[in-house]
Amino acid sequence: MGQKITIEPVTRVEGHGKVTIHLDNEGKIEQTRLHIVEFRGFERFVQGRPYWEMPVLVQRLCGICPVSHHLAAAKAMDVIVGAGTGEGLTPTGEKMRRLMHYGQMFQSHSLHFFHLASPDLLFGIDADPLKRNIIHVALQHRDLAVQGVMMRKYGQEVIKATAGKKIHGTGAIPGGINKHLTEEERDYLLHGDDYMDIDKMVSWAQDAIEFFKEYHKKNKAVIDGFAEFPSSHLSLVRKDGALDLYHGVLRAVDSEGKKILHDVDYQEYFRYIDEEVKSWSYMKFPYLKEIGKKSGWYTVGPLARMNTAEFIDTPLAQKEFELFKQYNGGKPSNKPMHSHWARLIEILHTAEKMKQLLNDPDLMEGELVTRGTKKFEGVGLIEAPRGTLFHHYKIGENDMITMANLIVSTTNNNQPMNEAVNQVAVRVMTGRKEITEGMMNAVEVAIRAYDPCLSCATHAIGQMPLEFEVYDAEANLIERKFKH
Amino acid sequence: MTGKRPKILVYGYGNPGRQDDALGIRLAEEVEKWSTDHHMGNVTTDTNYQLNLEDAANIAAYDIVIFADASREEIDEFCLDPLIPSEKSEFTMHAVSPAYVLHLCMQMFHRKPEAYLLHLRGYDWEFMEEMTGKAKTNLDKAFGYIKAFILKVSKI
Repeated sequence: MGQKITIEPVTRVEGHGKVTIHLDNEGKIEQTRLHIVEFRGFERFVQGRPYWEMPVLVQRLCGICPVSHHLAAAKAMDVIVGAGTGEGLTPTGEKMRRLMHYGQMFQSHSLHFFHLASPDLLFGIDADPLKRNIIHVALQHRDLAVQGVMMRKYGQEVIKATAGKKIHGTGAIPGGINKHLTEEERDYLLHGDDYMDIDKMVSWAQDAIEFFKEYHKKNKAVIDGFAEFPSSHLSLVRKDGALDLYHGVLRAVDSEGKKILHDVDYQEYFRYIDEEVKSWSYMKFPYLKEIGKKSGWYTVGPLARMNTAEFIDTPLAQKEFELFKQYNGGKPSNKPMHSHWARLIEILHTAEKMKQLLNDPDLMEGELVTRGTKKFEGVGLIEAPRGTLFHHYKIGENDMITMANLIVSTTNNNQPMNEAVNQVAVRVMTGRKEITEGMMNAVEVAIRAYDPCLSCATHAIGQMPLEFEVYDAEANLIERKFKH
Repeated sequence: MTGKRPKILVYGYGNPGRQDDALGIRLAEEVEKWSTDHHMGNVTTDTNYQLNLEDAANIAAYDIVIFADASREEIDEFCLDPLIPSEKSEFTMHAVSPAYVLHLCMQMFHRKPEAYLLHLRGYDWEFMEEMTGKAKTNLDKAFGYIKAFILKVSKI
C-alpha cells in the first residue's frame, strides 16, 4: 500500500505552498512535489494601465522585494521611452538606481542570513522550532543579532533616500530617476549617527562571512552534503564576465561549468527561455528551450551568480569569491547550502559598491532622465535578491499596457526547489511512517536555502502554517500534522 | 511643547495597493496630519508594508507605540489591544508580528515601550487602492478613538 505525505504550507516562506511526498508500499520515496496553491493574475490586472505607472504599480505585487519589481519595471519602461536597453541612462540615473538596488540586496540578504539562516546554523536543524529564531540568537549572540538588525535598517535607509519613500517608492521613472541624493542623505549614509556608517557595514559583512566560514569548517556535512544535486545556473553577468546585479547579458552554465546560454541580450529572452505549466502547481516551470523541458531547468540566485560570474569588481568580495571558487575546485557549486555562503559574499559586495557610490559626485548632480524614440515593447531584467527577475511589457498606440509577462526569481527556482525537497525527503523520510519535527525542519531548510518568495511567485497575500499529510495508495488520508 | 509628555509612535503597516490592507497606513497618515496641525511634538508616525526586524530598533526610542493594521478577523469596526511580547515566529519568511518586534526590542535594546495593536476591520483585498466604504467608516471611527487616546495618555 503506497503513501502520500503532504507538508502544507512551508513555514517562513512568503505566500502559500505545500509539499507532498508520495511513498510506495515499502516506504520508499516515489515522488515529491512543491505545490503553489494561490494565484491572482497580476499580469492581467496591469493590462489597460498606462505604461508610466508600471514602476509604481508593480510594487503592489509584493511587500518583500518591491524595489526589485520597481527597478525591473523601470528598466522595461526605459526601453519603451527610447532610453536604451540598460546602458542609455545618464550617469546619475544609473548610479542612483544602482545604489537603490544595492541597498535592497544588502537589507534582503542580511534579513535572510541573520533572521532565517543563522538560527538554523547556530542551533541546528533538529533544534526546537521555538528556539530557531533571532530572539534566541539575541539571547546567546547579542552582537550578531544587533548587527543583523542594523544592517537591515541601513539598507532600508538607502532605499528611502533613493526611492523617495519606503512604500511605493517613486525614485525610478521611465528613462531615469526623479531625484538626486542630497548632501545630508549622503553624509548620513556615509557616517551618520549611531550605526549608520558604511565602513561599519563593510566590516560587519566581513564578520558575517568569517562566522559562516568558521561554522563551515566544523560542519562540512551540513553545508556540503545537504540536498546536493546537479543543476544548471543562470544569471545576468556584465559583458566582461563580472558579477553584475543590476544589468548585463544572460548567461547559463551547466553543473560542470560549461556555458549553455552564451551571454545573450535579454531583450530576446523569449527566444531562449520558455515556461511549462503543470497541472499540480500555479507556479510555472521555466526552462532553456534549446535543452528542453526535461533537463533545461536552471537555478537562479546568489549561488547561481557565483557560478556564472568570472570575477567580482570589488576587492574584498573578490577575495572571498576566489576562496569560494577554490573550495569548489573552480567548478560550479551544486550544493544548495552554499547559497548562504554566496549570499554573504554578495552582502560584502553590495556594501563595497554602496561605499563607492556614496563617494561619487554624480549622485548629487547631473541630468536625471534620458528620452529617445518610443518603442512598443520592452524587457527589464534585474538580479533580485532571490535571482533573475524578468519583466516584459507591450504597449498599444494609446500608451496602455497590452501584454505583461513576469518571471519572478522564485518561479525560476521552481524545479530546483522541487529537486531539493526530493533529495531531503529521500534522505530523511525513507522507511519512516511517522512524521517528526526534524523531518519537517529538514524539508523547510532545503526550501529556505532558495529564500523563496511565494508571495511574488503567486502574487498572493497568503500566510503559511505548515501541514503534513500522509496518504496511502488509495488516496486515503492516514496522517496529518500542522506546524505553527 | 512636549515637556514630559510621553513620546508616542503610531506605526501603520499594510499594502496600500491591496484595498483595505491600507487601513493601518491610512490611520497613521490621519494621525500625522492631525498631530502636525495641532503641534503635537510628542507624536511621530511611521508606515511600511510590513513589520520587520529593524522595527525593534525603531520602537526602542518611544514610550508608547501604537501599531495599526488591517484585520480579517470578525471584529466590530476596530479594537485596540495591549500588546504582549511574544517570541512566536510568524509563518511568513520576511515579516514579523508586532508582539515579536516588542519581544525583540526587549531582548536586544533592553527597552519595553507600552505597546498596543489597533486592529481595523477590512473586507476586500484586491489589487486596488480604493478602500471599501465600510473600511473607510471603520477608519474614521478608529481615528476618533485614537485621537482621544493620544490626548489622554499625553495628559492634554
